[in-house]
Amino acid sequence: MKVVVCVKQIPDPADPGALDPETRTLKRDVKLILDESDSYGVEMGLQLVDNAGGGEVTLVSMAPNNEQSGLRTALAMGAASATLISDTELIGSDALTTAKVLAAAIKDQEPDLVIAGSESSDGYTGTVPEMIAAVLDLPSVTAAKSIEVGGDAIQVQRQTDAGYDVVDCPLPAVISVTAGVVEPRYPSFKGIMAAKSKPLDEKSSADLGFAADAVGWAGSGQEIVDVAEAPQREAGEVIEDDGEAHLKIVEFLENLKVI
Amino acid sequence: MTTVSSPFYNDEHRAFADAVRQFTENEITPFVHEWDVAGEVPRELYKKAGALGIFGDGFDEQYGGHGQRDPLLRMVMFQELSRSGSGGVLASLLSNYIGLPPIQKFGSDATKAKYITPCMTGEKVAALAITEPSGGSDVARIKTTARLEGDHYVVNGSKTFITSGMYAHHFTTAVRTGGDGPAGVSMMVIDGDAEGVGRTSLDKMGWLASDTATLYFDDVKVPVENLLGEEGAGFSMIVNNFNAERIDMAAQSTAFARVCFDEALNWARERETFGKRLADHQVIRHKLVEMDRQINASQAWIELLAWRLAQGDDPVAEIAEAKVNATLTFEACAREAAQVLGGASYLRGDTVERLYREVRVQAIGGGSEEIMRDLASRQLGL
Repeated sequence: MKVVVCVKQIPDPADPGALDPETRTLKRDVKLILDESDSYGVEMGLQLVDNAGGGEVTLVSMAPNNEQSGLRTALAMGAASATLISDTELIGSDALTTAKVLAAAIKDQEPDLVIAGSESSDGYTGTVPEMIAAVLDLPSVTAAKSIEVGGDAIQVQRQTDAGYDVVDCPLPAVISVTAGVVEPRYPSFKGIMAAKSKPLDEKSSADLGFAADAVGWAGSGQEIVDVAEAPQREAGEVIEDDGEAHLKIVEFLENLKVI
Repeated sequence: MTTVSSPFYNDEHRAFADAVRQFTENEITPFVHEWDVAGEVPRELYKKAGALGIFGDGFDEQYGGHGQRDPLLRMVMFQELSRSGSGGVLASLLSNYIGLPPIQKFGSDATKAKYITPCMTGEKVAALAITEPSGGSDVARIKTTARLEGDHYVVNGSKTFITSGMYAHHFTTAVRTGGDGPAGVSMMVIDGDAEGVGRTSLDKMGWLASDTATLYFDDVKVPVENLLGEEGAGFSMIVNNFNAERIDMAAQSTAFARVCFDEALNWARERETFGKRLADHQVIRHKLVEMDRQINASQAWIELLAWRLAQGDDPVAEIAEAKVNATLTFEACAREAAQVLGGASYLRGDTVERLYREVRVQAIGGGSEEIMRDLASRQLGL
């Protein structure tokens, strides 16, 4: 089974990020790391290949500055190889342009399954996986909490507000996975050493057939006109216990329809 | 703990440091107080650590090790684990690093396969048994005897202060096979479940999550193949082993000092007294800078020593001095962090409270500060 996992390398969330005042986008000229939300996709892919008894996980990523360390982390987890699309023309690409570029890199690999995180931890558009599916003309299932492979199809448990849907989907397909559904393995010492010699193919957007004005700021219809601080969360309701507090809490939870 | 700008670390060191940091944050730090109360570390943690490669530095690949000895890799690994703020967890988890090296260096292929392999995966735990009730650092005078009888030795005696002593599956043990003095000392592996092996748990001031024991050997039969190297070669094995243990403990002590500093810094930024943050009081600011100054100096020294070890150098005197320096740094930082935190540092479950109690074992274990100074003075030919 051949699984392609899309991974994003993002600025370390542990370090305070900064916005470029001119473009109002996140500065990415720092060390980038593997987006934690993508580590679930990598783990899911590795488990599917293990269960299938053969095959491999390959990675596809787009980054503005030739950054590889996040990809090396995913290779250390057990992925077999990686493709990194990176050049300065790509800077400013919006979600659709990103999806087009990733789809172009995925297409040549003819995978059985494409996995991506539901949304990145920096941009949070939550649209790229479905756009990749549209560009590649493949079926797409979102918010997968588990994937079971059976022959030429998969059965996906799709997270919903009420529980989960069971979705049958033919292969090949693009699936986005939710965080927390599997426990990503730690990159082991042996994995880290092995990752050093795993193939990492670097391509430019031109290599994939994109003209300079088809990607980046020029090729994207996106302009960020304003950014604002997120509003402070309002203080919660404090219920003083006069002996009846439990009833008020029950009522509160009933109103929320959680009980 | 490690600085990415340090010239000593390569990409693999940094990648492994990241992985161990994640592992420590997820699998260790949230539970250290619970394990202190329980008096032990869950066995499952050893298997998780084994899968990550925590035990492998310096052990052959065919037995599950890294296939290389990298003092700098070990330093980042130990220091990242130390971020948990629990020396007890490290003492438990890392007793393999004092119990197994003599087997790696002097054991036969069969002995290595039998004893090293299951420790690499975390299935089993090794311990080192040197110290006796009658004496600590004076290992040339150990009294535990091993008498050769046909195809086995018969061991009689006692060991104490043995880290992982209650749960270890085997003990790399110093015994007397010959006459008095260092030339009569040998090393052999004794199975924990061998008939005649007894264990008594020891309650301690710190390292509460680590099981520590007194061991009793009463006519214990040990197969001759469990002898490591030649009879009488034990003393030099012990001395070599201590050298590695000392830089490991210096690395941990420096990292624990850094944890104390971080705890004090966070508190000083949050806590307000007399209308301003603690950090805005000059007396507190100076305490923090004093801590940072000592930690940075210790860190720079031990990284340099680890690099020298990696080059094949063997700076015995400096490692002894650096251990003294690191434990004095840890002691000073634990004290000052407690002063900054005030009453909060006196409550069980607080990180500084735990580390304050663990200072002494770092300053005594693996060679006390006094023994370290004496060793350094002899090495320097004073």
